[in-house]
Amino acid sequence: MARVPEAASVPIVARVRARRRETHDTWTLSIEAGEFAFEPGQFNMLYAFGIGEIPVSLSGDPGAPGPLIHTVRAVGSASQAITRLRPGDPIGLRGPFGTAWPVDESTGSDVLVIGGGLGLAPLRPAIYRLLAERDRYGQIAVLYGTRSPADILYRREIERWRRRLDTAVEVTVDHADAGWHGHVGVVTRLIDRAAFDPDHAVALVCGPEIMMRFAANTLQAAAIAPERIYVAMERNMKCAIGQCGHCQFGPTLVCRDGAVMRYDRVRPLLTVREL
Amino acid sequence: MATRQHSILTIDGVAALLDALRRRGYRVIGPTVRDQAIVYDDITSLADLPRGWTDEQGAGRYRLARRDDDAVFGFAVGPHSWKKFLHSPAQRLWRTERSADGVRIIAEPVSAKPLAFVGVRSCELHAIAIQDRVLLEGAYPDQHYRARREAAFLVAVNCTEPGGTCFCASMNTGPKALGGYDLALTEIAAEGERRFAVDVGSAAGSGLLAELPHRAATPGETAAAEAAIAGATGRMGRAMPDADEVPALLRRNLDHPRWEEVADRCLTCGNCTMVCPTCFCTTVEDVASLDGSASEHVQHWDSCFTMDFSYLHGGSVRASPRSRYRQWMTHKLSTWWDQFGTSGCVGCGRCISWCPVGIDITEEVAAIRGSDSAARGREG
Repeated sequence: MARVPEAASVPIVARVRARRRETHDTWTLSIEAGEFAFEPGQFNMLYAFGIGEIPVSLSGDPGAPGPLIHTVRAVGSASQAITRLRPGDPIGLRGPFGTAWPVDESTGSDVLVIGGGLGLAPLRPAIYRLLAERDRYGQIAVLYGTRSPADILYRREIERWRRRLDTAVEVTVDHADAGWHGHVGVVTRLIDRAAFDPDHAVALVCGPEIMMRFAANTLQAAAIAPERIYVAMERNMKCAIGQCGHCQFGPTLVCRDGAVMRYDRVRPLLTVREL
Repeated sequence: MATRQHSILTIDGVAALLDALRRRGYRVIGPTVRDQAIVYDDITSLADLPRGWTDEQGAGRYRLARRDDDAVFGFAVGPHSWKKFLHSPAQRLWRTERSADGVRIIAEPVSAKPLAFVGVRSCELHAIAIQDRVLLEGAYPDQHYRARREAAFLVAVNCTEPGGTCFCASMNTGPKALGGYDLALTEIAAEGERRFAVDVGSAAGSGLLAELPHRAATPGETAAAEAAIAGATGRMGRAMPDADEVPALLRRNLDHPRWEEVADRCLTCGNCTMVCPTCFCTTVEDVASLDGSASEHVQHWDSCFTMDFSYLHGGSVRASPRSRYRQWMTHKLSTWWDQFGTSGCVGCGRCISWCPVGIDITEEVAAIRGSDSAARGREG
């Protein structure tokens, strides 16, 4: 199959290999796109023929060959069409775009991975890489919060990670149900329970903007410097190549300067309403 | 700056210029009167140019008026800019075809018909250079823009009749064209006729000039051309206050009360973004055939004044008019520098003239500057 063209402005035709339901409105697609290299945190533009394109983060293992993994929540016409695709269906795809989580750069550090809701999807490639090269890092904690137990993404995989003795994995929900015996409350409350050396810790944070702001506040209160905190921004996006103007976030273009951004650089922007 | 040796074209020489461009296969586009405005459209002869016309411009005001002479370029700029030809208002990017064999995506081929622009002002040359920066100098150059841009022949015209909303002098973008053109004309009146002092800006310009009836300018003609441009500098209707300081001024005033005041007037109609020669934002639309066997993916100009522009699942990031006006103005004057290393404003004044309620970007800057929190802090 054709490689992604260098210009990246026109999609290739890829093929859906499998589709799995994650929650009531979210599906994970495996997409056969040939040889394809990406860094944790990057995204593709997925194209539903005749309907439209949407940016979707890569959620698979960057170290493993095989299909690309994308987790999509059905919220608009394009995402609904994409989540309805069946194995064998064609799908348009171009990418990868955007910046990466500083996984290799965090060698020797403690790493906190903090996800909220669908925000776990762009973090998963970073988790795969951290765990694949576990010896290179100090403490690793994966802290994940969702609305309810039914909204937990990648549940079986999280359970597998939890069984490891070299990694702390904690899950919390805003609203428990009768079968839930885990944490209840916001994900920021898990930060205090995690073991890390603030002078040598890096935090990778992805979730709703308000969650990232509160997480960053808690991390700073725990003495992690803002330049060691990374967040992934989300904005409307049409082109992914820095030319449509839609993903402006103050002085930045999220498709080009993000989605992963260093917190000290975006902190002043996050406090401005409707930027 | 050393004055180069000018050549002189008469009005017949300008006619010959239009003919020569057409002979070379260019689609010639220039100013012409239509719908009570001077717009840019196809030019086939001298008669299409707005000879003897001028424009009167103010905040929310544009009127054509007869001049008392027969100047060819005796006006400022109208509602059109050259971006309409280089960065097309509607550009198909690809189309898809579905058949028994599967789906094909067919990239839109770049268009080849070369364009010649006659009457490009200095502010507009700067605007084109800014769009070059955005659309060509990033990691993914826009192939459609590039094809048109590289094939274009630019005949600049130095401004001798600035408009009431012009402020290029304060933005350092005019009125004299300093580069980026093939030929530049300066219109002067001498001995009862119109004459055009010509500067050559490229080898292509030099080659074309050689085909036209021309002669060397006299020192008097060269001096008259320089004086006409210098005179324009002093007759601009507006000025951007302290332009070099504006990017930092806006950066520290994102919560200034003035945004609320201007939002009370702003209709969020997006006119300013449509007439702006640098605004580049686009959206895309997929149009499918009725039977679903084919579709096209078309890029359109978009405006940051729409609610859809910042829509993210659940709502718009910039829902209030205040935030949308702020986005537009801070982008033009401040964050454009961060994103592309240049200003997004060239001082052409179109956004002032074509705003239905007469919002004036220079006045808005002055108001914020007048009660700048940092300045107040220093004084207090």
